[in-house]
Amino acid sequence: MSEALLEVRHLKKYFPIKAGVLNRTVGHVKAVDDISLTIRPGETFGLVGESGSGKSTVGKTIVRLTEKTEGEVRFKGKDLYHLPSEELRKLRPELQLIFQDPYSSLNPRVRIGDAIGEALLDHGLVPKEEIRERVQEVLASCGLSAYHIDRLPHEFSGGQRQRIGIARALALNPDLIIADEPVSALDVSIQAQIINLFRNLQETRNLSYLFISHDLSVVEHLCNRIGVMYLGSMMETGTRDELFLTPLHPYTKALLSAVPVPIPKLKRERIVLRGDIPNPANPPSGCKFHTRCPLAVERCRLEVPEFRHMGGEHYVACHLA
Amino acid sequence: MKDLLHIEQLKTHFSTEAGTVRAVDGVSLHVRAGETVCIVGESGCGKSITAMSVMGLVEGPSGKVVGGAIEFDGRDLLAMKANELRTVRGNDIAMIFQEPMSSLNPVLKIGEQIVEPLMEHRKLSRKEARARAIDLITLVGISRPEQIMDSYPHELSGGMLQRVMIAIAVSCNPKLLIADEPTTALDVTIQAQILDLLRSLKDEGGMSILLITHDLGVVAEMADYVVVMYSGKVVEEGEVVELFNNPKHPYTQGLLKSKPIINQRKDTLYSIPGQVPNPLELTESCYFHDRCQHCMEICRTREPKLKDVGQGQKTACWLYEEEALAHV
Repeated sequence: MSEALLEVRHLKKYFPIKAGVLNRTVGHVKAVDDISLTIRPGETFGLVGESGSGKSTVGKTIVRLTEKTEGEVRFKGKDLYHLPSEELRKLRPELQLIFQDPYSSLNPRVRIGDAIGEALLDHGLVPKEEIRERVQEVLASCGLSAYHIDRLPHEFSGGQRQRIGIARALALNPDLIIADEPVSALDVSIQAQIINLFRNLQETRNLSYLFISHDLSVVEHLCNRIGVMYLGSMMETGTRDELFLTPLHPYTKALLSAVPVPIPKLKRERIVLRGDIPNPANPPSGCKFHTRCPLAVERCRLEVPEFRHMGGEHYVACHLA
Repeated sequence: MKDLLHIEQLKTHFSTEAGTVRAVDGVSLHVRAGETVCIVGESGCGKSITAMSVMGLVEGPSGKVVGGAIEFDGRDLLAMKANELRTVRGNDIAMIFQEPMSSLNPVLKIGEQIVEPLMEHRKLSRKEARARAIDLITLVGISRPEQIMDSYPHELSGGMLQRVMIAIAVSCNPKLLIADEPTTALDVTIQAQILDLLRSLKDEGGMSILLITHDLGVVAEMADYVVVMYSGKVVEEGEVVELFNNPKHPYTQGLLKSKPIINQRKDTLYSIPGQVPNPLELTESCYFHDRCQHCMEICRTREPKLKDVGQGQKTACWLYEEEALAHV
């Protein structure tokens, strides 16, 4: 097994809840509550979960867009939270982010050539006179044309904007890209184009991805290993086959069975979960999923399940698995 | 069987500074009693505007229904006066939207918002309306109805709000429910709940549903009949199993192939090249021609008409010209 590119250990991120005239902290939203994961070079790790599961916060905490509460994040063996700021800055180009809404992450008044070239210039990666050439190169590899370089963001469609977002991340020649719901806002036909682009870039540039998404069919398509989050905790991790063919956690099973499949009149057993996701400020005791779990027993309410190894790379946090 | 909703050659256009956008351009569709019809298509194809036109919700002065006919239960909706339409809306046709939060009044309690249409359309007293509201909330699968009645919209989750919207929509026993992307903003586990709810309401109440969605998975689960739209036109329609198993139009084929399906992984997904054409730059042609791998000379210059290609399926594509002639 090759060395880990990214290692996240027992990561926690608590957001304080403030109330009253004195703005005192009255509690915490445990958005990320003890998450560990490893990404190897050339691998795509998929992080899935419903809204409020904390999957986006994991991504943001890794790149220090928000600061962790506890835990450790190691990128290429270096602890990102204990690095002098100058060294962290040098490391940043190697670790890039792509967001769901490419429009709101582009400055509407900056030509896309400048938007992409800015970081190159800033980090001094490419001599000034070669920047334009480099930007054109990276645009081409994302399926855009050289003449797009002087256009403004509003002149592009949603799919093209996402290509720009990818190009901007790619320009810095990163090793790891954290993509937060990068295809969720796109139409099906465009979504397929972008998914294929992610794949091709990975092959040609030996990229690793942390792919954050709520769409299980997209995750299955792109990811080698997958982690399922619920209310800030990891419920199950495993390789794609382990997770999709032999899911062990009742939550994973329910998620998989809830995805509508484009095959009409298909008879399949469907687990429809009762109720909503509980409030993350006040998560259920024991196993956080017990309030919606169709199989829950007394023990689930009382004891937090251990994250157990089930063979291969399969881990699950469930008393009953 | 007689059509409950009958749309014939509907044209809804928007005039903008840059020119006229023909958002809906000659769309015909029919919904029979007790049937679920899905309109599927990508953003900008005119699926929502079709629904808005039925409800008389297209906003003037820029947007206008400029042609065609919409008949509901034998009555011409386009000829109706505003107050007549108002009694049809809510009573016989109800609509739910993608964003339940923005369809509810944030400063009114949920109970008020369910009671109001009951008093308005069903002429119930406040007390009767309140009792009926509690029944409705229970019907859509919410426990503790009294507590929900006294809540404000911001206190409920997205899934709960969509249930409340459905409760309001079905409160006057509509014959037709128009649902515009009702589960797009919801998580999959909640989506499954809402789709189940819509199905059971339809089966028990004999209500028809016109469901608008971009998600082919949702279509496969819900539809009896499917209408595929592209750039303001219907490019294909048919009974759901036939359409999914044997799609005729290259666009429908492409859409079905480009969706990743769980447990059916491929190395490279099929993707339709290019993007939707600019609605201001459309000239007579098949609007899909520059993305189509079967594009022929005729596709660039003449518009294909929707024709019967057998098994109750219709498609607008020059590839099927001969087949279509054989069926005449």
